[in-house]
Amino acid sequence: MDGLETQFDETIAADQRIEPRDWMPEAYRKTLIRQIAQHAHSEIIGMQPEGNWILRAPSLRRKAILLAKVQDEAGHGMYLYAAAETLGVDREELTEKLIESKQKYSSIFNYPTLTYADIGVIGWLVDGAAICNQVPLCRCSYGPYARAMIRICKEESFHQRQGYELLLAMVNGTDAQREMVQESTNRWWWPSLMMFGPPDADSPNTQQSMAWGIKRHTNDELRQRFVDMTVPQAAALGITLPDPGLVWNEERSAHDYTEPDWTEFKAVIAGSGPCNAQRIAHRRRAHESGSWVREAAVAYAEKQAAKQEAAA
Amino acid sequence: MTKKNWPLYEVFVRGKRGLNHVHVGSLHAADDEMALHNARDVYTRRNEGVSIWVVRADHITASSPGEKDPFFAPAGDKVYRHPTFYAIPEDVPHL
Ligand SMILES: [Fe+2]
Ligand SMILES: [Fe+2]
Repeated sequence: MDGLETQFDETIAADQRIEPRDWMPEAYRKTLIRQIAQHAHSEIIGMQPEGNWILRAPSLRRKAILLAKVQDEAGHGMYLYAAAETLGVDREELTEKLIESKQKYSSIFNYPTLTYADIGVIGWLVDGAAICNQVPLCRCSYGPYARAMIRICKEESFHQRQGYELLLAMVNGTDAQREMVQESTNRWWWPSLMMFGPPDADSPNTQQSMAWGIKRHTNDELRQRFVDMTVPQAAALGITLPDPGLVWNEERSAHDYTEPDWTEFKAVIAGSGPCNAQRIAHRRRAHESGSWVREAAVAYAEKQAAKQEAAA
Repeated sequence: MTKKNWPLYEVFVRGKRGLNHVHVGSLHAADDEMALHNARDVYTRRNEGVSIWVVRADHITASSPGEKDPFFAPAGDKVYRHPTFYAIPEDVPHL
């Protein structure tokens, strides 16, 4: 037991990866299951706000792009459930926990997509924030999670660029279209900042996660990186970020910005965001009405296997 | 009806001709054929492969990490299997 723990500590200290069949502390395993499941659920629930616009996207090109993006998010969910399963949980069990609200997903997906500009802003800000969070996870100490993140990050860049391109088209359009982009940015800015999680002082698990090499940067470090990246992108669109406190700080070589409303964040996490109930109800409906398909596929597979056995 | 979950498959993809199949992840499917289709949709949406293998996870036999040292020990003392074992003068080309 002691020898195993020493081996684990040495592997982490040497910045080597932990693999599924290695011994690991129970708390490490639990932390990873919680984080990876939460991440997988976010990808799956995240299909809903964007899926809402596939039929209404204004051209075949935009429909095809949005469809491909939403399909990617389903794929991301699958990579992540597969990574979680290497830790000894079952995907079915995780889905059940999601629809019983026993596990969480990112608070951002509890906000509604009210206009088509939201599709552009989600690609730009929400996928942009996701990229900031996810790039360091490619070096996570748990091998299967890190490898899933590498695949995901390769695909995310298309997500962000399609969103930004869509916004460029809109800001170069009519006044009404420019206003739509500004209004959408105003709504998504604060929830996007919340995607990095609570401020460091209020994030008790960060230290342990960093010691284990699961996390590489604190929430506030990543949030700062996102703000600094986004400011010139907003300028190029001719869009104002809705924070009068957002100014360049020469001394810190970084932007000062206003913290989002953390009371709202906590309320949304706790279940009272604008769309929490709708998102879970939809996921439950999809899961339950798909059950006959899953059962039929098993019945068919069993029948085929029996036939083959009889023929052999 | 008792719930039966789809079995787990491990997925291996050959990136292009001349390369080995490499493990890329896993998925659930009711049978082998569905596993291949799902593997194509989940792991090769951007032409990541020219060939896919799917294997039922419970058909794989693996070395266990507990016996890691003795299992891989035979390779440990055979450094002469590696090209760097041999000292060759720097000015000899193409070696
Ligand atoms: Fe994603
Ligand atoms: Fe994405």
